Amino acid sequence: MSDECLTIAGREFRSRLWVGTGKYKDFAATREAIEASGAEVVTVAVRRVNITDRNAENLLDYLDPKQYAILPNTAGCYTVDDAVRYARLARAAGVSDMVKLEVLGDERTLFPDTAGLLEAARILIKEGFIVLPYTNDDPVVAQKLVDVGCPAVMPLAAPIGSGLGLRNPFNLKIIMETVNVPVIVDAGVGTASDAALVMEHGADAVLMNTAIAGADDPVAMATAMKYAVDAGRLAYKAGRIPRKLYATASSPIEVL
Amino acid sequence: MNIQVNGSLREVCEGMTVQGLLRELQINVAQVAVEINLEILDQQDFDTRRLCDGDRIEIMGFIGGGASVAGRDLLA
Repeated sequence: MSDECLTIAGREFRSRLWVGTGKYKDFAATREAIEASGAEVVTVAVRRVNITDRNAENLLDYLDPKQYAILPNTAGCYTVDDAVRYARLARAAGVSDMVKLEVLGDERTLFPDTAGLLEAARILIKEGFIVLPYTNDDPVVAQKLVDVGCPAVMPLAAPIGSGLGLRNPFNLKIIMETVNVPVIVDAGVGTASDAALVMEHGADAVLMNTAIAGADDPVAMATAMKYAVDAGRLAYKAGRIPRKLYATASSPIEVL
Repeated sequence: MNIQVNGSLREVCEGMTVQGLLRELQINVAQVAVEINLEILDQQDFDTRRLCDGDRIEIMGFIGGGASVAGRDLLA
């Protein structure tokens, strides 16, 4: 569906659905689901190359760089040093100077360590990185991230992989009213209605991985998510009617 | 001489370059980053930078991941 482009740091993105590449059974399944999702931005993690299995395939061989914007992330990093190091490695590998920055604070919830996140963002932005921070649904932190130079913020809807959907629509609303940069909701959606709701609230984009990769039929769910994000975006732009406690007749009553 | 590559010991020829090591390991140079003793190299230095005995090399690439799907134990 054609909609106006999402622009971040001067780069234009056509799709408002962003996807991760984890948890698929193999690279072919990854590619098939991503293709069905219509996503343009695809996030990947940085890890040691397998040097013992010479036949090991490379994820990037399955993702045409002309078709997708590859967004490296610092998934799994629990310290500022690790996150900065992994961002630098991603850039050195020549994939992108954009990074989805994660500094995690807790293994059970995978909630971000927002103090560490701010510090890592500051360091990387000074080095010329375009930092998209995975953050909590905290409007004050979101504004601080913008203040240090993040051209977008990525607050969570719910814990990563939880599938709980948007837990705090009011904070998301406040974040969107507070910051003057795109808001990409990252993590926590479970099914299509969750994604639609996030977009109806006015999020600029939504990033998901587990909701698609973990579905019984990832290709079908990816397709559902594509429609949901488009529907939610359209509904947001169309402007919903206000909620009222009592009925308003939808047929003319004057003739009765 | 002996070096360490991604955590495992390896014997390589004296004076081997980073490029030579990657070739020996059959790794596509275009999509990796190489770190020697925590110093990240520019890809254009791969064919001139020679390895030294005892170097700790990390060859890093990209894997599937959206948000922290890979545990911290995988970190080098």
